[in-house]
Amino acid sequence: MPSTHDWINNPLGVVEGMFAASQNNPNSGWEAKAVEFFKDHLKEKDAHTWVPSLNDVPLHYLKPNSLVKFRCLIQDMFDPEFYMGVYEAVDPSTKVLRCGKYKDVTECGVDFDSRNTVTAERQTFYCVPIPGENPWVKEISSSCLGFVQARVVPSTSYAPTRQKRSYEEDDDMDDMDTQMQREPHTGPQSPTEQHGNGDCKRRETEAPSSQTAPASHLDLNFPLPGEKGPSCLVKVYEDWDGFKLNDTLEVFGILSVSPALSALADKKDASSSLLDPTECMETAEEQRVHSPPASLVPRLHVLYAKPLPHNNPLLPSATLEDNSAFLSSTLSEMASVRAELLTFLTPILLGDALAAEYLILHLISNVYSRRDVLPLGKFTLNLSGCPTVASYTERFYQIIQQLVPSSYYLGMSLQNMNQMRFVPKKDYSANRLVSGALQLARNTSLFLDETQLEQGQLDTAGVRNVTALGNLITWQKVDYDFNYHQMEFPCNINVLIASEGRSLLPSDCQIHLQSQITPPHMEEYLSSIHVHPQASQLNKFRMYLSVARLLNYSISDEVTKSVEDDFVDMRKDDPQSISAEDLHRMLVVARLLSLSLGQTSLSRDSWLRAKHIELLRRSRMEQHTCVNGNEP
Amino acid sequence: MSSPTSTPGGRKRGRNTNPSTPSSEGPTSPPSQRRRGQDSSTGDLMPMPTSPATDMLSPAAPQDNSLLSSPRPSVLPNEVDMSSPLMYGTPSSRVEGTPRSGVRGTPARQRPDLGSVRKAPQVDLQSDIRYSPFLVQKRFLQRFIDLTSTEDENAGLDLNEPLYMQKLEEISVVGDPVLNVNCLHVQSFDAELYRQLICYPQEVIPTFDMAVNELFFERFPDSILEFQIQVRPYNALKTRNMRNLNPEDIDQLITISGMVIRTSQLIPEMQEAFFQCQVCAFSTRVEVDRGRIAEPSVCRNCNTTHSLAIVHNRSVFSDKQMVKIQESPEDMPAGQTPHTTIVYAHNDLVDKVQPGDRINITGVYRAVPMRANPRQSNVKSVYKTHIDAIHFHKTDEKRLHGLDEDAEQKLFTEDRVQTLKELAAKPDVYERLSSALAPSIYEHEDIKKGILLQLFGGARKDFSQTGRGNFRADVNILLCGDPGTSKSQLLQYVYNLVPRGQYTSGKGSSAVGLTAYVMRDPETRQLVLQTGALVLSDNGICCIDEFDKMSDSTRSVLHEVMEQQTLSIAKAGIICQLNARTSVLAAANPIESQWNPKKTTIENIQLPHTLLSRFDLIFLMLDPQDEAYDRRLAHHLVSLYYQSEEQIEEEFLDMAVLRDYIAYARTYINPRLSEEASQALIEAYVDMRKIGSGRGMVSAYPRQLESLIRLAEAHAKVRFSEKVETIDVEEAKRLHREALKQSATDPRTGFVDISILTTGMSATARKRKEEVAQALKKLIQAKGKTPAMKYQQLLEDLRGQSENAITKELFDEALRALADEDYLTVTGKTVRLLA
Repeated sequence: MPSTHDWINNPLGVVEGMFAASQNNPNSGWEAKAVEFFKDHLKEKDAHTWVPSLNDVPLHYLKPNSLVKFRCLIQDMFDPEFYMGVYEAVDPSTKVLRCGKYKDVTECGVDFDSRNTVTAERQTFYCVPIPGENPWVKEISSSCLGFVQARVVPSTSYAPTRQKRSYEEDDDMDDMDTQMQREPHTGPQSPTEQHGNGDCKRRETEAPSSQTAPASHLDLNFPLPGEKGPSCLVKVYEDWDGFKLNDTLEVFGILSVSPALSALADKKDASSSLLDPTECMETAEEQRVHSPPASLVPRLHVLYAKPLPHNNPLLPSATLEDNSAFLSSTLSEMASVRAELLTFLTPILLGDALAAEYLILHLISNVYSRRDVLPLGKFTLNLSGCPTVASYTERFYQIIQQLVPSSYYLGMSLQNMNQMRFVPKKDYSANRLVSGALQLARNTSLFLDETQLEQGQLDTAGVRNVTALGNLITWQKVDYDFNYHQMEFPCNINVLIASEGRSLLPSDCQIHLQSQITPPHMEEYLSSIHVHPQASQLNKFRMYLSVARLLNYSISDEVTKSVEDDFVDMRKDDPQSISAEDLHRMLVVARLLSLSLGQTSLSRDSWLRAKHIELLRRSRMEQHTCVNGNEP
Repeated sequence: MSSPTSTPGGRKRGRNTNPSTPSSEGPTSPPSQRRRGQDSSTGDLMPMPTSPATDMLSPAAPQDNSLLSSPRPSVLPNEVDMSSPLMYGTPSSRVEGTPRSGVRGTPARQRPDLGSVRKAPQVDLQSDIRYSPFLVQKRFLQRFIDLTSTEDENAGLDLNEPLYMQKLEEISVVGDPVLNVNCLHVQSFDAELYRQLICYPQEVIPTFDMAVNELFFERFPDSILEFQIQVRPYNALKTRNMRNLNPEDIDQLITISGMVIRTSQLIPEMQEAFFQCQVCAFSTRVEVDRGRIAEPSVCRNCNTTHSLAIVHNRSVFSDKQMVKIQESPEDMPAGQTPHTTIVYAHNDLVDKVQPGDRINITGVYRAVPMRANPRQSNVKSVYKTHIDAIHFHKTDEKRLHGLDEDAEQKLFTEDRVQTLKELAAKPDVYERLSSALAPSIYEHEDIKKGILLQLFGGARKDFSQTGRGNFRADVNILLCGDPGTSKSQLLQYVYNLVPRGQYTSGKGSSAVGLTAYVMRDPETRQLVLQTGALVLSDNGICCIDEFDKMSDSTRSVLHEVMEQQTLSIAKAGIICQLNARTSVLAAANPIESQWNPKKTTIENIQLPHTLLSRFDLIFLMLDPQDEAYDRRLAHHLVSLYYQSEEQIEEEFLDMAVLRDYIAYARTYINPRLSEEASQALIEAYVDMRKIGSGRGMVSAYPRQLESLIRLAEAHAKVRFSEKVETIDVEEAKRLHREALKQSATDPRTGFVDISILTTGMSATARKRKEEVAQALKKLIQAKGKTPAMKYQQLLEDLRGQSENAITKELFDEALRALADEDYLTVTGKTVRLLA
């Protein structure tokens, strides 16, 4: 048996050992056994933390053919490929059978005519790191790995900055340029404006000198501009039908960075032979996309892939049901954490406690089910009445960023709306899905800043983008553009719209901010609240929000009855006052309210409270019936 | 060794031997060698053959020509292989009087679709070949009778005669030497032959070719063909879906469906290289093997090394094209991206398909290892896969000229048909289906029923011979009502349910977005017509939300679509008429955001009545204010939020069943009116007209009768009935009445008045207008001879006289009416009498 860490450093050795042992016994099912072996080892206490992560450790510090893990989102699915599962060496002296599984290249000449060749199938996914993952997630998950890094990377000079610069660099510089141009219009807020693109973390961590690095011709196809990190071709050997586009996974697999992969590609570029029927067929773009240099896009041969229900590293990796001790301890604390969070958020929302309450509900919302086309549980919040001064929205977003695992700030400036690609589009010449900003993982917080709106005309792309946003909010789906047809992909994205008046986009719930602070002091006030709370407190909040979202929820028959009675009574008094849509919303509010208090079933009290806050919110809305033309 | 029937096994086996050994004599004959007879006979006679096509067209000299050109060394691959399966002389072989007829005289055309990538044998055929496919094939062709043929292709053939013999006859007349063979026929005839065809297409299809050619030239000895007949099997049921392809399918015959997304330029693929020695002008030919040419390094004639140079225009090329197909969206599991597959089309299949076509392709699935690099011992352990196409079938071809869509594409399994029929037999199927429609939307039963009937549609009738063209069979529905009554949700549901649905919002769509626009294709730089939502939803449903927000110009294109079901386009030099046989399901909000019950439908939604009258059913979705309803609604909504998925499943039919049910009914059920039903319809129509006539109103127009017929037919389709019966008419009547009651009730009188929808004004309103005009006239006459009057004065006088309140608008209208009679004229604030 391999020693403790051999299975991490040399997993192929383990696989090959099993393959060799199986040769005498044709029905040994060694493949299943190999997968079991790794699964069992990973289940051991903390074992998965020993495995270095591609997210945190730069590629050139990782050992080729070792076991690594990768936290990622399936951005595209390539066609299945056939490979030599078992092949025979052509060299007569070493005429042995070899195993081709979990490998990209063969180790010796292959006898193509051998009868012993076994062709097998595997599926390739193009995976990118989870888009919009916030810096604190990265920090925490890499600090869990401290011990492994020390072992894998003996050099102490390694600092967590990325070396590889890619195409995004150019994008970024464009962004800078445009921001420069915009500055005269936005006036004194320009210093913080830079943070507007949701990538402030990157600027903080990266030295400006890195911008001079040569830009690669390769577009790594990240959904969000300014993203970085390795993307990866993940090869899946079994049950690939179970994976869906935009799934978030934690993949444990064998890292393959063989230079032969890129060498093959280069050779083809150089001499495209007319006679080889397979080579003249693929366009250069397709070649580039499907076999990029392994140094930029490593291959990962999956031994075990685990779907991630969330990407919050603070939560234990086991599911909540399996971890009842953790669950009961957090549940009991939830009410108090909620109160703390409320006091934390209220000053940020200019002292408006009701808005803070709604914000909490929004942050824990989640599409938990769909009834035919209707997504249930979504709670898009439109926070109207945001002050336009002093880049309030950006500050506000930074707070959100501190709380949720992944988020994205989208300033709805005319330029962004007209020029950004929101909806992923299939590029048939390169045969890949070109990503767009709306290709996000589940439970990503999308912050739409409508205060950035300016006068001007939306062009065709802009109109399409606004429509896509509208569809996303109403139906929680994005129609990907496949040129000849559109394909609908359901999503689960929390959309928060900050606007002055009522938003031009639909929303489930609009709340008008009632500022307790007088405008002259706004500037000062904002700088005073922008203090980082203690890390322990933040972590409590982060945990709280993730747990609340994962809880189960039910309504007892008794409460159902009383809710029905309430509805009928309300309608009796004034049928105009409450419609079916209002009931829908109240049920969602009640659900989220219960969950935010750690209650997994609706109580009469929660229902009454939900009714109460809804009433407060509605009464507030009536005062603001005429702010702009978007009112119904 | 001349009779193919005697040694089929040997021949089959031989085809797998390595063709690059020119010495392969005797019974062995690799597929590539079948071409040689032709080459030898023409290649050397023609000094500069530019392409294989000219080779083939050139008069084929008798076979033995090659012997005449014998100075060539025998090692050259040009020698005649007398035993080549296609070169054999049958016992019945013709006297070679007519050089271009008979098996021997007709050149065989190579089949790169079968032999372009030759691989070492993967299976030992010996075990399979004890059974002689050749004989079975001949028998199949001679005897197969297809009594259940429904294919268009076979139109005009006698069903009681052997099908393929008739097709051969057709070939002899038309001269297109391609025989398409339905694999299902083969299967029903001989399962073993079918199995072999699927598993070893590379071997079995050539013997099929031989069988066909022998039969053909036996029967039509004098016919002249361009080349020998090639068999193209199709409809191999091995694989239907690209996703199911797996390594076991390699080298087998498969049929998959998909959509063409790219086609490459034509690629001339070298089949045989022609080398000439620079020193002694000696020439030699080398066959291309697996994409490589083994360049001879030494000239065999003069023994000079490295003296041979390739002569391109004497080499043999064949046409080849890469076609990339992608899974059709219907076949895809949710949440995954479509797979693509590369297909190679050869010879005359090149340019048969265009990007965007939906096709079924039959071919041989291939996997080629990545070429080993001689300098590198490591190779990529991945195969490249593709399909060598043998047969293309466009599945959407029929849409261009036919009515019946997707008949082949949507094949139902027998189990499924059985379930559907059982469902149809249930007495309450109509209620069941309508409640299965959008279960998350509460109540609105009649609206759901209306939409259900719309999904099924009426029966298509063609009156083009009598000059009226096609009758519209599609039902159009308009939903109007308060905001927030889940209209959009209903539209979304329908859009998700039907395969060819489109969803647009009136706010964001322009006239060109709905119809078609001309743009320059980014790749080819040519002008292409891009179709819009209405054309794309041909034979489907076009859901238009926020119908009221649409601009007038956009709406105007709907006039043609909603009655004539075509779209005429005249722009950028493109003038055409496109089919748009689409049902329109539209939703509109009232102009004042809340529905005003005191106003008519027209006034509430401000749509032109010309458009409204084209809707068969107009429903109001209003908020009923009733306690019992509220309670049920509340219960429904609350349960929505806590029921688990399984509970929901139990309660309702799932969407897939509903979808299949509709697809089946639309495809296979074509009901006709029965005698009683016609009577009932006539009565219903007469009744409808009678209602109004008592009060001097017209309450029905022929358009309403047509709507009734459509609805009745659709209802018959729901029952899977081929006959429209009285119950169908009853339901159509009821539904129509319900819709009218909601939308065409005159708020002033409380009566149903169809003229609200047809003329935009209720009959009472019109009557009232006339009364006012008459009263005004009387008033003016009473005033005596005053040629000019003050406007304001007149209004006040009239108000004083009339017992009803007279608004300014009413007064203006009355004035206008009188002006139309040339009784008076209004200039500014003065009213002058004329004459």
